[in-house]
Amino acid sequence: MTIEPGRSAATDAGPNEAELERRLTQTWSSQRGFWGAVASVDHKVIARRYIVTALVFLALGGLLALAMRIQLARPEARFIDADRYNQIFTMHGSNMMFLFAVPVMEAMAVYLVPLMVGTRNIAFPRLNAFSYWIFLAGGLLLWISFALDTAPDVGWFAYAPLSGPEYGAGKRADIWAQMITFTELSALAIAVEIVVTVLKQRAPGMSLDRIPLLVWSMLVMASLVIMAMPAIMFASSTLIMDRLVGTQFYNPAEGGDALLWQHLFWFFGHPEVYIIFLPAVGMVSTILPTFVRRPIFGYLPLVMALIATGVLAFGLWVHHMFVVGLPRLGESFFTASSMAIAIPAGIQIFCWLATLWAGRPVFKVPLLFLIGFIVTFVIGGLTGVMVASVPFDSQVHDTYFVVAHFHYVLIGGAVFPLIAAIYYWFPKMTGRMMSERLGRWAFWLIFIGFHVTFFPMHILGLQGMPRRIYTYQPDLPWGTLNLFVSLSSVVLSLGFLIFFIDIIRSWSSGRPAGENPWNASTLEWATGSPPPPYNFRAIPVVDTRDPLWSQPDELPVTSGLRSDRRELLISSVVEALPEARESSPQDSVWPFWAAIATSIMLIWSIFSPWAIVWGSVPIAVTLIGWFWPKGAAEDES
Amino acid sequence: MKERMILDVSRLPLHATGTASPTWWGTCAFMLIEGSGFGLVIAIYLYLMSLAPHWPIDAPPADLWAGTSLTAMLLASVVPNIWVSRWAQQRNLKKVRLGLVLMSFCGMAPLVFRAFEFPALHVRWDDSAYGSITWTILGLHTVHILTDLVDTLVLACLMFSRHGDNARRYGDVEDNALYWHFVVITWLPLYACIYWVPRL
Repeated sequence: MTIEPGRSAATDAGPNEAELERRLTQTWSSQRGFWGAVASVDHKVIARRYIVTALVFLALGGLLALAMRIQLARPEARFIDADRYNQIFTMHGSNMMFLFAVPVMEAMAVYLVPLMVGTRNIAFPRLNAFSYWIFLAGGLLLWISFALDTAPDVGWFAYAPLSGPEYGAGKRADIWAQMITFTELSALAIAVEIVVTVLKQRAPGMSLDRIPLLVWSMLVMASLVIMAMPAIMFASSTLIMDRLVGTQFYNPAEGGDALLWQHLFWFFGHPEVYIIFLPAVGMVSTILPTFVRRPIFGYLPLVMALIATGVLAFGLWVHHMFVVGLPRLGESFFTASSMAIAIPAGIQIFCWLATLWAGRPVFKVPLLFLIGFIVTFVIGGLTGVMVASVPFDSQVHDTYFVVAHFHYVLIGGAVFPLIAAIYYWFPKMTGRMMSERLGRWAFWLIFIGFHVTFFPMHILGLQGMPRRIYTYQPDLPWGTLNLFVSLSSVVLSLGFLIFFIDIIRSWSSGRPAGENPWNASTLEWATGSPPPPYNFRAIPVVDTRDPLWSQPDELPVTSGLRSDRRELLISSVVEALPEARESSPQDSVWPFWAAIATSIMLIWSIFSPWAIVWGSVPIAVTLIGWFWPKGAAEDES
Repeated sequence: MKERMILDVSRLPLHATGTASPTWWGTCAFMLIEGSGFGLVIAIYLYLMSLAPHWPIDAPPADLWAGTSLTAMLLASVVPNIWVSRWAQQRNLKKVRLGLVLMSFCGMAPLVFRAFEFPALHVRWDDSAYGSITWTILGLHTVHILTDLVDTLVLACLMFSRHGDNARRYGDVEDNALYWHFVVITWLPLYACIYWVPRL
C-alpha cells in the first residue's frame, strides 16, 4: 500500500500534528457536564469508574473483615451478634469475589487491552457502558440491603437447602442470587468485548505470537467467563424460582437435588478462581520484563500455560465437594486434575524466575509486589496441592486451614499483582507517579501483615477451628492465636490504608509521569499519560513482541483513518493484517437507561414472576433506542 | 515519540463483512454464552433423570403433536432464512424487506404452537423436578425465539426506513439470520430431551 495523503474528506494523513489532534479530540471527546459523563463510551473513562468502584468495594470488604477479626479476637466476645456475623461473612466473601476481584480484573482489561493492542476504543463500547451501570446497580443492591439489615446470610456460595425456601426465610437469599445475576451479566458483557477487541482490533502486524502476555491472559479469562458464568446465572435464577414460584430443582422430596446446587456453583466457582488469577499472572508477565530490563523468558510456554490453566479449570470443580460423599472414582479423577494444575502454574513460576535470574532487577515498588506475589503464591499453591488430596481435605474441610489457603492464593495470587499493576499503570491512567516511599511502606506492611495474619490460620485449622463461627468457648485452644491474628490484621489494614492514601495523594499531586516513565516495551506507553480520548494519533504498526524496545525512537504507524468520525482499524484474527475501517459508536445515554430498566426488572423479579413479563417492555424500548441509527456518520458505513 | 508512516489504510473498505466483521464475532460470542447455557440445561435434565427412579416423575411423556409441529416449522424456516441472508449479501433492498417480513411470520407462528406445548407436558413446574426442568427448557427457548423475533421486527422496520440501504444494515440482517439458525439448531437437542428421551 502507498501513502496517498488527504484522499478522503478528513483523514489522519493530511494535516499537521496539532490540527490532527484537534480534529481527533473533537471527534472522540465526550460532552461536558453530568449527562456527557453518563453518556461516555470511552473505554478509559468507564474502566476508571470500574476500578475506583471496585476499590471502594475492596475497602468496604476490608472493613467487614476487620469487624470479624474484632469479634474473634477473644472467646465469647459480644461485639457482633450471630445473625449480623452471618451477614458479615457472607457480605465479605460475596463482595470480595463478585464486586471487587472479578470486576477489578475486568476493568484493568477494559483499560489496558485496547491500548496494548493499539486501537482507539474497545469493541461494543456502549455495551461496556451498560456493563458498568449494571455492576454498580448489583453492588448497590447488596450494600443497601446490608444497611437495611436484610443482607444475605447464607455464605458466599449460598448452599441449598440453607438458601432454599424451607430454611432461607425473607428475601436475603434472593438478594444474594440477584446480585449474582447483575455481576455476571456485566462480566459476560465485558468478556464479549475483550474477545472481539483482541481478535479483531489489533494493530497491523501484531500477530497472535506478538500479543502482550497481559492481553493473552485477558483473552483466556474472557473465554472462561463466557463458558463458566452461564452456570451460575442458571443456578441463581433457579434458586429464585424455587423460592418464588415453587420449582423443585433443589428439593430432594420432589425429585430435585441439593447437590445439584453445589455442582452448578462450583462448575462456575472453580473457573472463577482462574478468572481472577489469570489476569494477575498476565500482569506479572507483562510488568516483570520492564523491571529486569530484558524480554520475558519463555513466551510460548507462558501462553500455553495460560491456555492449559483455562482448560483444566473446568475439570476441577468437584474438589470443593470431596466431603459430600461422591463415588471414589470421581474423587480420584478430580484429585489428579487438581494436582495437574500445578504443572502450568510451575511452568509460569520457573519462567518468571528465569527472567529475574537473567535480567538486571530494578527494585521499584511494582517489582517488590511481584516478588511478594511469587513467595506468597508458591505457599498457597503448596497448600492447594495438599487439599487436593481427599484424605487430607476430609480433615481440614470447612476449617480455617481452607480460609488460610484461599486467602494465600487470592490475595497472594491476585491482589499482590493487582497492586503491582496499579503502581505500574497509575502513571498511564492519571499522568502522575505514585510515591516510591509510601509504596515501600505499603509493601512491607501488606506483605508482613498478610503473612502474620493468614499463616497462623493454617494452624488454627489444623487445631480444628471451623469456618463461619461467630464465637468460640474459652476452654478451646484457639484464643491466643486468634488474638495474634486479629492484631496482625491491623498491620495488614495499615498497609492498605497507606496504599489508598498514596492513590488519593498521587492522583492530585503526584510527580508528572510523561509518556513512558518505566521505559517499558508495550504499546500503551507510546501515547500520552493519560492517553487522549482517541488513544493514538496514528495506529501503530508492530513487527516484534516488544515494539518500543526494538525501535526506541521511532514508531511505525498507519495513515488513512478518518478523523471526522470515530473510526477503527479491523484486522485479521491470526496475522493482524488490516481488513477494513469500521466506525465506532458515538456516546449515548441509552445504555444507562437500558441498565436502569434491567435493574428494575431484576429487582422486581425477586418479588413477582410477572416482573419478567412487564419489566421486559421498558428494556426492549431502551434497547431499540440504543440500536436505532440516529443519522450520525458512525451509524452508517 | 516520532512517528513514521509506513502503511496507508485509506483504501480499505468502510465496513468489514462476514467473518471479518466484529459484529459477527460478537454474535458468535453471544451464541457461545447461550450455547453453554443450553448445554448445561441438557446436562441438568440428564442429571435429574439419572437420580429419579422413574422418568418422567409422576407424569406421562409429553404429547408429541405441538412440539413436533413446532420443530417442523422451525426447520422449514431455515430455507427463507438462507434466502434473506443471501439477499443481504447481494444488498438487494427489496428482497431483504420481503424476506424480513417473511421471517417475522416465521418467528411468530412457532409461538402459537409453543402455547400448546406447555399443557402437552401434563405436569406443572412446581409438581416435581421433572416439571421444573421441562418448563424451564421450554421457557428459555421461548425467550430465545422472542428475542430474535423482536430483533427481526425492529430490523424489518429499520429496513423500511431511510436508514435501510446501507452496508452496515445488510451486515445486521446477515447476523440476525445467523442467530435464527442458532435458535433452530439449539432447539433440536432440547426437543429430543423433552419428547423422546422419556420414551426411550
